[in-house]
Amino acid sequence: MSKVTTITGRAVPVVGDDIDTDRIIPARYLKEITFSRMGEYPFYDERFAPDGTKKDHPFNRAEYQGAAILLGNVNFGCGSSREHAPQALVRWGIKAVVAESFAEIFAGNCVMLGTPAVVASKEDVSALQKLAIEHPDTEFVVNLDKMEIHAGHGAGQTMVVKVSMPPSRRNALVNGTWDSTALLVANSALVAAKAAQLPHPNGRQA
Amino acid sequence: MAKNTLYNKIWDAHAVAMLPTGQTQLFIGLHLVHEVTSPQAFDMLRERGLKVAYPDRTFATMDHIVPTKSQKRPFTDSEAELMMQAIERNTKAFGVNFFDFASGKQGVVHIIGPELGLTQPGMTIACGDSHTSTHGAFGTLAFGIGTSQVRDVLASQCLCMDPMKVRKVEINGKLNAGVTPKDVSLYIIGKLGVKGGIGYAYEYSGDVFRDMTMEGRMTVCNMAIEGGARAGYCNPDETTFAYLKGREHAPKGSDWEVAVGRWKALASDADAQYDDVIRFNAADIEPMITWGVTPGQSVGVLESLPDPEKIADEGEKQSVLLAYRHMKLKPGQKPSDIAINVAFIGSCTNGRIEDLRAAASIARAATELGQKVDPRVQAFVVPGSMQVRKAAMEEGLDKVFLAAGFEWREAGCSMCLAMNPDQLKGDQISASSSNRNFIGRQGSPTGRTLLMSPAMVAAAAIAGHVTDVRQYTSVTTGAAQ
Ligand code: SF4
Repeated sequence: MSKVTTITGRAVPVVGDDIDTDRIIPARYLKEITFSRMGEYPFYDERFAPDGTKKDHPFNRAEYQGAAILLGNVNFGCGSSREHAPQALVRWGIKAVVAESFAEIFAGNCVMLGTPAVVASKEDVSALQKLAIEHPDTEFVVNLDKMEIHAGHGAGQTMVVKVSMPPSRRNALVNGTWDSTALLVANSALVAAKAAQLPHPNGRQA
Repeated sequence: MAKNTLYNKIWDAHAVAMLPTGQTQLFIGLHLVHEVTSPQAFDMLRERGLKVAYPDRTFATMDHIVPTKSQKRPFTDSEAELMMQAIERNTKAFGVNFFDFASGKQGVVHIIGPELGLTQPGMTIACGDSHTSTHGAFGTLAFGIGTSQVRDVLASQCLCMDPMKVRKVEINGKLNAGVTPKDVSLYIIGKLGVKGGIGYAYEYSGDVFRDMTMEGRMTVCNMAIEGGARAGYCNPDETTFAYLKGREHAPKGSDWEVAVGRWKALASDADAQYDDVIRFNAADIEPMITWGVTPGQSVGVLESLPDPEKIADEGEKQSVLLAYRHMKLKPGQKPSDIAINVAFIGSCTNGRIEDLRAAASIARAATELGQKVDPRVQAFVVPGSMQVRKAAMEEGLDKVFLAAGFEWREAGCSMCLAMNPDQLKGDQISASSSNRNFIGRQGSPTGRTLLMSPAMVAAAAIAGHVTDVRQYTSVTTGAAQ
């Protein structure tokens, strides 16, 4: 797996607390049995009226097309465990998510896709969002080696913000071991020994 | 750091190895699978040439896309039909146990696990669904996972996990009449917030949970995730054992005695340490409804909707203002002023037999008073599983509902998430016994959801608006759902 250390690109602000995964991707799109078209659907009902006309949403605005970093607020990705949510964001083009806090399952799902979900303070997130709103062409760099975001508009205006994420998830990304299946399957003998010690759902008490 | 809690004991017993990332490789005792979050995971196995490592610990069913008016195949919705075919094909190709319609055991995945006795104390349980926390009612460590993690569990029966913190949520005293486990859930989430539980497993303890039935404990653990806690659990006790005894997959004969001995030893020790402890009084809890767009935006049924100007935190205030705009409600309004269009009784939160009994008792009381479902309301009851449906019909509950003007449906997730024909239209407003009032959750982008207990939903269906369930005297004390 590739090592994920720095993500560079423009940032799209999605302002608001408690943005749940039903809002990120409405359930009707979960009827598709592959993820291949998920990139067409992020925030669908917030971006399109029932008749298909475009509504005002950051994901629709011309200046944020091609953005690589999503800037959210508190409890981003709460609700349903649907991996369709990060799949939709990633397939739209998002390569890193920054927020004040994340719902657990969402943050874990991001890492499974090689996408860092990093936390910054309320003040810093507000400042980053302000920058992305006022100067959408600003380049942001999420650096997982230093656990910092660098962004700046105009000469000598570089903003540096500290970010955090659980060390194990950071390790997985920077070392390129975020595809967990290989790691887990490698220990199959230990797993078999463990299985033999534990009760079984058929009632057998090992 | 928590010590000597049930969480710690289960975690230690299931830890296989420390991974190079610093995560723990955790063995998953029971893997539950449903049609929506699994097809991509099975395809990933195919791409990598992997098998299901422990098909005997893997159990699948279908619930989300199933139509509830008729289960006749092929489904009218061709996408749903394709999804059905995928789970049929995948479970067959990979040798996974499958509870389909023909088995008579199909239902919402979190209802059938306990009902079949698959969910047993001390287990780790994973499922590609956030409400897997439900199974914690049995003293398990149970949590939702994403599809790539479903692939991991299929391939290895394990997950890469970071440890959780443990918060004890203790509620002592006796619940007021008409107050149900759903109200307890909404109360806790209202107090601790929808993100209050991030990073935690919740241990529910105290008089209220000790006295609660297994059904009630499942309702509360189900909603742990709505408060941000990925897992919630109750310590196993005699109520747990009595529920499990004799169920299809539960231990039999000498295995039963061994199992009960194990289960007793799992409960958190008297001197267990927690990362956090929070206490509430049962007497403070009233029947609740949500009025907003997160499960934390709730009030007691006799209170007024909150004043956004009184909220100090700016983010929270903005959420509340958004909720008012979406819900088309006003600060200061009384819940009883909110008229409803749809009443939905069902879901993995409140689709079990006790829930149906509680709702039926209101329907019966109303019928005795000569009342019926308000003609402007579409009210329907969706049992959580085929077995719940059968049991309810043996008790005649279907007749009680039908006589009072409710529809009686087949088992499934139904309008909890509306991935099936059961959906709100336009800005219809529903009284719902499910778990999420998110914008668009019930199928219409402008649809509106009020969460409440099944008895409150039944009462609202009859009144045509939100109403205090306690006006129906046949509602008994806290034991009723
Ligand atoms: S009933 Fe609702 S919450 Fe439960 S599994 Fe089905 S869709 Fe999810």
